[in-house]
Amino acid sequence: MKECHCSIKVKNLKVKHGRNIILSDVTFSANHGETLALIGRNGAGKTTLLKAILNSVDYSGTIEFFNSEGEYISSPKIGYVPQRLSFDRNTPITVIDFICANYSSIPVWLGHGKKCREKAYNTLKKVGAENHIEKPIGKLSGGELQRVLLAFALEPRPDILLLDEPVSAVDRKGISIFYSIINSMRKEFHMPVILVSHDLGHVVKYATSYALINHTVAETGKASELPKSQKVRETFGLDVGRGEAIWE
Amino acid sequence: MGIIYSAMEKLLPFSWIEFTFMKNAFLAIILIAPLFGLVGTMIVNNKMSFFSDALGHCALTGIAIGVMLGVDNYAVSMMGFALLFALGISSIIDSGVSSSDTIIGVFSSAGIALGIVLLSIRGGFSRYSGYLIGDILSVTKNEIILLAFVLVVTVLIWFLSFNKLMLSSLNTDMAKSKQVNVKFYKNIFMILIALIVTVSLKWVGMLIINSLLVLPAASARNIVKNMKSYHAVSILFSTFSGISGLILSYYMGTSAGATIVLISSVIFFVTFFVNKLYNLS
Repeated sequence: MKECHCSIKVKNLKVKHGRNIILSDVTFSANHGETLALIGRNGAGKTTLLKAILNSVDYSGTIEFFNSEGEYISSPKIGYVPQRLSFDRNTPITVIDFICANYSSIPVWLGHGKKCREKAYNTLKKVGAENHIEKPIGKLSGGELQRVLLAFALEPRPDILLLDEPVSAVDRKGISIFYSIINSMRKEFHMPVILVSHDLGHVVKYATSYALINHTVAETGKASELPKSQKVRETFGLDVGRGEAIWE
Repeated sequence: MGIIYSAMEKLLPFSWIEFTFMKNAFLAIILIAPLFGLVGTMIVNNKMSFFSDALGHCALTGIAIGVMLGVDNYAVSMMGFALLFALGISSIIDSGVSSSDTIIGVFSSAGIALGIVLLSIRGGFSRYSGYLIGDILSVTKNEIILLAFVLVVTVLIWFLSFNKLMLSSLNTDMAKSKQVNVKFYKNIFMILIALIVTVSLKWVGMLIINSLLVLPAASARNIVKNMKSYHAVSILFSTFSGISGLILSYYMGTSAGATIVLISSVIFFVTFFVNKLYNLS
């Protein structure tokens, strides 16, 4: 067995916004085939951490990526599903416009070639959204839109998948569909997943490990052991006697 | 040019086509209108109509700088200043200090005020009031060639960078995750708008140029569902209102630009009610 099966290694990461230090001394790693949940209170820096991995904010420290053979990847392909897409609901962009804009060199205002249409159909089929291919994205339900965003993130196949509270606008049934897709992707491709979630119940159910973020990494552990963590209880105020139901 | 003129006389058997200035205006319209329809799609999608409006305002300062430098053709100084202005706005918005509409508002007011102050130094602002309303009938041959050039450049940029631009406008981080250089494409788009606004300002006028950019696309949005039809319908509306507005203004003796805008507005309201009636959105 190899010494490290890491997919991403973050070392001494620090992010500042003006004079505010949002993250400091963040060190952790995630393995292939693992779903790492970043948990923490609002404003703890979870989303900022994702943005640093996306190289969308300035940071100091190192973030390194490795493929499943353990080789270093200098420019990794990242799949990213944002918390929600804020756009005008009347925008005349259809699902296929959106998906084809990602991997076709033909501008989508000229229409879509057969090749792109097929590819888009197959990608959407993976997430069970192939029936919505001609729908404007503003007409999709919360769950449908998140699955389309996931399809977008999965092509070309990413070295790592980042999900920023992907199901905050999705109903209960949509949530379990969404996570079961993620889980099957993870098992099939050994794709590492980093997930930001507010819902500790989801984390226990769908993630494999967790990192408690509070401007730094306060604690890491296996997701199944999350309910026992004293620190997590303190952070989320669970020791005041309400909210035990959150684990279900 | 002579060939085009005689072809126009054969193809368009109307009395107004006899005049060279109408021929030129007609040519200018069929170059400018599709351009506005095309670029308008993304201005409306990106909610940038306030930005393009501000660019029109700041062109006044560009003219003033041209006057002070003593150049004959203000287009260059206008364009230069508009580019500076566009990139200035974008970098201040990126710094995230204030909301974008506030920043654009500040630039817009400052641009028009500075222009008026500079142009009225010797008390002669009225000489430049033509820029407020514009005069499409004053288009010259060389300017038509310039317009054709701008149209070609725009279509080329639209062809090469539209997909990336669309992704950037939907979600910056998501676009970045696909290695799209969001800043680069946003700047290209801003520069393009600056170019189009300043090139056509003289004929369309500062007060209404933005309506020509925004109205066709806004009308198209009322009745389309995808990007292809959005572009097609927007260009169609823009060209239709351009040509019909020009001809109508000839017979009514009204300002061409304003007549075009009025027709565009009527189209907007018609599509708006069509949308409501058939519950398209």
